[in-house]
Amino acid sequence: MAILVDEGTRLLVQGITGREGAFHTGRMLKSGTSVVAGVTPGKGGQDYESVPIFNTVEEAVEETGANASVIFVPPPFAADAIFESLDSGLSTVCCITEGIPVHDMMRVAGYLGGKDATLIGPNCPGVLSPEKCNVSIMPGDIFMPGNVGVVSRSGTLTYQIVNELTQREIGQSSAVGIGGDPIIGTDFIEILSKFEADEETDCAVMIGEIGGNAEQLAAEYVRSEMSTPVVAYIAGFTAPEGKTMGHAGAIVSGGESTAEAKSEALREAGIRAATNPSEVAELVAEALGLG
Amino acid sequence: MDLYEYQGKELLRNYGLETLPGIVAGTPEEAGRAAETLGGTVAIKAQVLTGGRGKAGGIKVVSSPKEAEEAAAGILGMDIRGHTVRRVYVEGGAEIDREFYLSITVDRTAKRPLILFSTEGGLEIEEVAETNPEAIVNLHIDPLLGLLPYQVREITFAAGLEGDAAKGVGRTLTNLYKAFDDLDASLVEINPLIVTSDGHVLTLDAKVTVDNSSLYRHADIAELHDVEAADPQEQRAQEVGLQYVKLDGDVGILGNGAGLVMSTLDVVAQAGGEPANFCDVGGGADAEQISTALDIVTSNEQVQSVLFNIFGGITRGDEVARGLLSAIERTGLTLSVVVRLDGTNAEEGRQILAENTPENVHTEQTMLEAARRAVELARDGGR
Repeated sequence: MAILVDEGTRLLVQGITGREGAFHTGRMLKSGTSVVAGVTPGKGGQDYESVPIFNTVEEAVEETGANASVIFVPPPFAADAIFESLDSGLSTVCCITEGIPVHDMMRVAGYLGGKDATLIGPNCPGVLSPEKCNVSIMPGDIFMPGNVGVVSRSGTLTYQIVNELTQREIGQSSAVGIGGDPIIGTDFIEILSKFEADEETDCAVMIGEIGGNAEQLAAEYVRSEMSTPVVAYIAGFTAPEGKTMGHAGAIVSGGESTAEAKSEALREAGIRAATNPSEVAELVAEALGLG
Repeated sequence: MDLYEYQGKELLRNYGLETLPGIVAGTPEEAGRAAETLGGTVAIKAQVLTGGRGKAGGIKVVSSPKEAEEAAAGILGMDIRGHTVRRVYVEGGAEIDREFYLSITVDRTAKRPLILFSTEGGLEIEEVAETNPEAIVNLHIDPLLGLLPYQVREITFAAGLEGDAAKGVGRTLTNLYKAFDDLDASLVEINPLIVTSDGHVLTLDAKVTVDNSSLYRHADIAELHDVEAADPQEQRAQEVGLQYVKLDGDVGILGNGAGLVMSTLDVVAQAGGEPANFCDVGGGADAEQISTALDIVTSNEQVQSVLFNIFGGITRGDEVARGLLSAIERTGLTLSVVVRLDGTNAEEGRQILAENTPENVHTEQTMLEAARRAVELARDGGR
């Protein structure tokens, strides 16, 4: 098993003819994902790498039976693209776009509350279940199938850690980048609960960073609700207060938002917390009894 | 993007919020003339993009143009938490009857706007939350519905307001929410919001922060950005679309992806070094961007060595390698550069580096080894 995306995923790419959309569609196809449709308004009827292009998501879903979408649409139009996906009945929507206005995302989050759908991102690398389905911009060849679930606020830090797991021959069930924005569709807790329910996942890795208090909430959830062991890593100990560190959501604004506060909450909840990315793989090996 | 008090007030006035008359001054003479124009008692207020100016002596109340000139001379040029005061706001006086606190922020956890109202105006809200939490009323707003009239009443009743004060505060709240929404603000804070002895509700201080991601649809606000107040390297990075934050150490750091770069900073600190900066070249960075990024990082004179940590997802390793070589060639850089390259097209990238490696470029296999090497090289003065 895997979470969110698997062999049954029929993927639609919003913004398929853009630079990044086209590049990553090629990669997703290469890693065996069923990319069944693309949407670029005004380019309906054309195709890209044999994937048919439609003008609207609704039409694409009707014609192809797509059940998930990935969004590569520029920031000013990205919230609209998410609404279009949700209104077309897609159950999994993954938004890669970075730089969507916070107010747009508050409206999206409000609307999402009334829908039976999962939004991953925005400002995220996507979701990948090794050798099953790749709905992401992640470099597929660093992954190997296995029993470790990875959930992260950061893209490249996820690659770094997955790479170290794979080098130790520790495979992954699914890797989910939840995104680095202040407001995202799906938080750590929802993904951790999916890993907890997934029979194939024997250990979960949570990669957090400065800003907000999602790690503290997740720590509490792990302590009270999870039997699957969790290994965590937090980035940003050297971040100064009040400065945005790349991700719009990565900013120390006192109290709970610091890396120290998050790490302490993790340790208090009995979660193994690594001090650098390499140590994550060691702690996972330990948790899995691979010593 | 943070706005100065006078800029924030100007924006809020467009939404019907009432303020006292005020004039911006850049010299003591201008401040004196402003005080003369306004007449009577005026406040001379330092304009800085940080809090705590009152405690730092950045606000003076004076009663003549001469005093205004003297006060402004003392405040202009003052350093408040690392920010140099280059302008003062000369503002008319008012008879204060009551002081409140009012703010609207983005609550990340609830994913909704959060209104905070406190009857203890003039104090930091964090302080009130600890000493007198009953004074604070808080309320989440549904972003799809906006602020509803009953919610305004809930706040004014909960705060124990009556009559004109309740009406005035309610009107201010409604207008402030409209401003928050329209301006794509991530923070609007009025502290204090005052009721004058003749019953007017006035915005005495205003803090407005506009979401950077929304500036494409607020060209007028984007223009308010104070180029002079920004760090020159941070300013240049922003202009070319790079994420750069200057720090105090001597190991320059470049990488792709905010999380990886933050982690690289941490690992350098753990290796006993001090990061000189945060620099995220972002997803899909090409040779041109990498080269500019290296230029910005090394223009900080404190930098003794550079750690270049790339794990390719969107960013392609061959582009990175080409960017690095072209930057070194163009700038004639002699500082030591430690490179660690992995991920998409990393093989090709390593190949390009192996074929053309200048003497000052060192490659390492892992992030930890690369961090240790960069720290050692910085200690040796970059050679």
